[in-house]
Amino acid sequence: MKPYLSIEQLTQRFPDGSGGQLTVFENATFGVEKGEFVVILGHSGCGKSTIMNILAGLADPTSGSVIMDGQEVKGPSLDRGVVFQNYSLLPWLTTLKNVTFGVRARHPDWTRAQIDEHATKFLAMVGLEGDVIHRKPSQLSGGMRQRVSIARAFANHPKLLLLDEPFGALDALTRGTIQDELLKIWGQMEQTVFMITHDIDEAILLADRILLMTNGPHARVAESVEITIPRPRNRTEIVEHPNYYAIRNHLVQFLGKRSKELAGQLATPGQPNAPETVRIDTTQTNDDPADTRPALKAVNS
Amino acid sequence: MYQLSLNLRAALLSVIMLVVGLLIWEAAIPAQQAAGELTEYELLTGGGAPKAGVPPPSQVIAKAWEQLSDPFYDAGPNDKGIGIQIGYSIYRVLTGYFLAALIAIPFGFLIGMSQVAYKAFNPFIQVLRPISPLAWMPLALFIIGDSEASAIFVIFICSIWPMLINTAFGVAAVREDWINVARTHELGPFRTAFSVILPAAAPTIVTGMRISIGIAWLVIVAAEMLVGGTGIGYYVWNEWNNLDLTSVVFSILMIGVVGMLLDAMFGLLQRRVTYAE
Ligand SMILES: Nc1ncnc2c1ncn2[C@@H]1O[C@H](COP(=O)(O)OP(=O)(O)OP(=O)(O)O)[C@@H](O)[C@H]1O
Ligand SMILES: [Mg+2]
Repeated sequence: MKPYLSIEQLTQRFPDGSGGQLTVFENATFGVEKGEFVVILGHSGCGKSTIMNILAGLADPTSGSVIMDGQEVKGPSLDRGVVFQNYSLLPWLTTLKNVTFGVRARHPDWTRAQIDEHATKFLAMVGLEGDVIHRKPSQLSGGMRQRVSIARAFANHPKLLLLDEPFGALDALTRGTIQDELLKIWGQMEQTVFMITHDIDEAILLADRILLMTNGPHARVAESVEITIPRPRNRTEIVEHPNYYAIRNHLVQFLGKRSKELAGQLATPGQPNAPETVRIDTTQTNDDPADTRPALKAVNS
Repeated sequence: MYQLSLNLRAALLSVIMLVVGLLIWEAAIPAQQAAGELTEYELLTGGGAPKAGVPPPSQVIAKAWEQLSDPFYDAGPNDKGIGIQIGYSIYRVLTGYFLAALIAIPFGFLIGMSQVAYKAFNPFIQVLRPISPLAWMPLALFIIGDSEASAIFVIFICSIWPMLINTAFGVAAVREDWINVARTHELGPFRTAFSVILPAAAPTIVTGMRISIGIAWLVIVAAEMLVGGTGIGYYVWNEWNNLDLTSVVFSILMIGVVGMLLDAMFGLLQRRVTYAE
């Protein structure tokens, strides 16, 4: 049985500017289940945004395919909502109009009042209310712009939500609030979320599974780390969970050291380059001392 | 001391410069007149006849008062009010200009959307653009025949290039990110063109329109001097033939004022469509 979203042998090459080719990633193969929350972690430039653009249907891969719900992804769709890394708001529209722009596209049959009400609701949800929503993006702070962009995507209830570092420009407090909102919406809507982040703690808080990418070029999705912390999760309580630091250490180790060591390993031609599943669960392996470091075991196998 | 606002200080300075300039002008004129006034030769050749001389501002102001208090009188082909003459010129400019806009903007849009078209049309535009619009006049008169239509054609041909080039450039330079927003919202080509590309490129397009109207107003004066009959350009030339320099100076000022008003209209439009990123 294929996963809901199936990424099959995806390869992306760009001209490197001096006649040659730059292989960003090769034969990347992984899946995302329906309703799953997947976060991808990796160093800058490894190809995360490139993968996301392909998932959104905005860019075509050099080879390989993306299949969602049994259908090949060809071109963008309202079913795949995107929060772009650089917000991509339309600067000539007010905050509210930027959101109604999306709502109108999704519900062409709605009246103006319905559209405005729906958009206002989602703006309020990300903490933008009152006069602010009639201002142009240029009159907003970076964090506020990012929230408008988030509201625009959420308001459309896409089946798959693609988030490219959606909280990067937010202060810790707002970030927390919006993370909670995201979890709430995700819980209600049965949405599937694919999110890029640089923040390890954010990834652990939100994700069912974290995909780890090695450094580019020839980056690989090397590991798929299950987050074995039960939901609902709370940012102050998860740190006390016995698995928290084990997982966190594993991620830090990967990003700090192994992402470099594993970099540049060329793929076997024609073979899918699938990540290794890593399950770190100290609560279930306590009675077996040989098994207390399942992470390392998985890596070495 | 009480600090006046920047605008007020600038306005005050403008008024002072105007007054000083007019005073210098006024003071300079009688000296010039006195020099040539009483030569015997002039008395012999008829000193009573009106004679060309640069008028002092007081005369120009009197002329302006006279003309502007009845701008639309019509006493035959060679004696029409300044309002009528300007009206003819504006009519020609706007007709040629809007015909040009009607073609340049949609066409520029299409060129801007396709890199191939952009590159393919560029050499033609680059060759045609620097041609002085008046150089087209003989050809226009020969092919079109009618002098009125030829003047409009000259306006058309001179105002088309800035609008065409700016529209194409503005459309081609629309940020990929904004197009992607339209794409992820499944907007069709028409909705994308009107709700994303047009507003994004509008500042560049309107700048082109503003440049065009300025050029059109410059060119109409010269075109009307050539084709004659009516219009502010013809009026200037006619008054020169009558050696009525007061009217010449007055109409020069009017050309400036109308040009400024046309530009201000597009300035207003420009401010409306400009956005900060
Ligand atoms: N259109 C393009 N042409 C050429 N090279 C490109 C293009 N787009 C991306 N790249 C290259 O592909 C690589 C991956 O870029 P990408 O934007 O996916 O990185 P990223 O993982 O999202 O980084 P960051 O975390 O900084 O956003 C980079 O080396 C980049 O230079
Ligand atoms: Mg990126």
